[in-house]
Amino acid sequence: MSSAALLILVLTLPVAGILLVVVGGGRQARGISLAVLVGNFAVAVGIGGAVCRTGRAVTYSSGGWTAPLGIQLRADGLSVVMLITAAVVALAVGVYAPNEFAVRRGGVETRRSLAFWSLLLAVSCAMNAIFLGNDFFNLYVALELLTFAAVPLVCLTGTRATLEAALRYLLFALTGSALYLLGVALLYGNYGTLDITKLSGLVRYEPGMPLWVAVALMTSGLAAKTALFPLHLWLPPAHGGAPPSASALLSALVVKGSFFLTVRLWFDTVPGQAGMRTGQLLGAMGAGAIVVGGVLALKQERLKLLIAYSTVAQIGYLFLMFPLAGHVGALSGGMLQAAAHAFAKASMFLGAGLMAEVAGSDRLDGLRGMGRALPLTTCAFVLAALSLVGVPPTGGFMAKWQLLSAAFSAGQWWWVVVILCGGLLAGGYMFRAVRPTLVEGIQPAAAIPRLREWVVLALAVCALLLGGFSKKVLELLDIGRPQITEMRP
Amino acid sequence: MSEIFGFTAACLVGLGLYGLIVHSSALRKILSFNVLGSGIFLLLGVIARRGAAAGLVADPVPQALVITGIVVAFSATALGVALIRRLDEDDEEEGEP
Repeated sequence: MSSAALLILVLTLPVAGILLVVVGGGRQARGISLAVLVGNFAVAVGIGGAVCRTGRAVTYSSGGWTAPLGIQLRADGLSVVMLITAAVVALAVGVYAPNEFAVRRGGVETRRSLAFWSLLLAVSCAMNAIFLGNDFFNLYVALELLTFAAVPLVCLTGTRATLEAALRYLLFALTGSALYLLGVALLYGNYGTLDITKLSGLVRYEPGMPLWVAVALMTSGLAAKTALFPLHLWLPPAHGGAPPSASALLSALVVKGSFFLTVRLWFDTVPGQAGMRTGQLLGAMGAGAIVVGGVLALKQERLKLLIAYSTVAQIGYLFLMFPLAGHVGALSGGMLQAAAHAFAKASMFLGAGLMAEVAGSDRLDGLRGMGRALPLTTCAFVLAALSLVGVPPTGGFMAKWQLLSAAFSAGQWWWVVVILCGGLLAGGYMFRAVRPTLVEGIQPAAAIPRLREWVVLALAVCALLLGGFSKKVLELLDIGRPQITEMRP
Repeated sequence: MSEIFGFTAACLVGLGLYGLIVHSSALRKILSFNVLGSGIFLLLGVIARRGAAAGLVADPVPQALVITGIVVAFSATALGVALIRRLDEDDEEEGEP
């Protein structure tokens, strides 16, 4: 099969899966979804192999129509790394989730189970579309697909608190998408195309006020969807209240979708064009997220809320790449952080779910003795925490190291201070979460299937291995990139 | 003519954004989102008119974008209203124990 056909397959496979789930009903949902997620992972690896082998981006013009008339799909190094990350996390969530959303043999089929599996596949499909899109309107549709899959995931349990969290999330997301669409309209009105490759050529020769208004609108819309400080207010109740499998998807993947689009906009469409001040502003918001998210995480009494606030803080690191754009390590550090955070955070939310199942609640003071009750999960939790704090040799460390070296070579020492303070804060709140699990205590006996514990551990090990294989990942990230990205803005 | 429509579109976007930020009720926020959306669709209509090739009434691409945008806005409104109704039902159940 040609590698371009794989790009189609990775989009159509999850959609076919959703249709089959709807036809097959809740009882077959789990089997169908797992088969599709395994296929999705295999295709993502296939695309990665094709990109590595040829050393070039794989492209496909839908229907044989080239841009500007047709819509192009394009997989470069950034897409491949994120595609594989998303496929691994989605598969892990699928393997972990059955107990939570299975229909018992002979039991009544619930709407919850059908909804969960179709939404899981919808999130995979939307993420794949975002990573492959090369056209801003096509990307808008993918972004909305992601929102419509993510909002119901928040309120799967249907309690009042989760419904309120979902509504608040929806309102933030809608405002964001409206601003993004307005920016897209201005771009089209000014340049007559929405193809990223074509736009990047055009804006170099005729930048101007309409371009910057459009970029500002799109960036603020995407920031609201990514929950960048100070637009993070919707995230903690939504991610902290959802069922653990849903939280893992939302925190590890969904916020990365809109972040990835921001990267496409700044690094691929207007590279090296934005002034110093714009980048500094985005970086300052990221720094605010790191500090405020870290301090609020320190104050939480519930494990899942603590992890949710840690997501607010970790998202901050992603936005440090914008002020450092053009220096070696900025883009790669940000993308490594996106992948390492996805693995570590998915592992943490799933692990927190198992701990809450055993202890009956996720209050921090009720986690005593967890190290003895769930040794594998506790071990995974500690590994994931080390990656989030940024201890060598984890993926989180490599990401922060890349960002640090970019900050040094740019001579912008203030980001170094922010990254180090963020590491201290993360050390503090992660210690608060880990400490009770390692203290003696008695936990009620609960039969947790070993497979679910192994999934949690496997994700944490992925975050660890990302550090070890970071050289390979960095080489992969460079494939198919325009040369201009690593130049001084 | 397109200047008037463009100006109207800008007003609608401004009104919608103002409503989204100022109102605290979720239903009003969703209505504001629709006003904002209408402004964007009207703007796309103006862009289509301005970008028309010789002999054509309008550039078809922005019109295609409007159709997709309307579908998305409609679904978003439906989802939002469904959530609000669900919350209201909860309120009623709590009100009459």
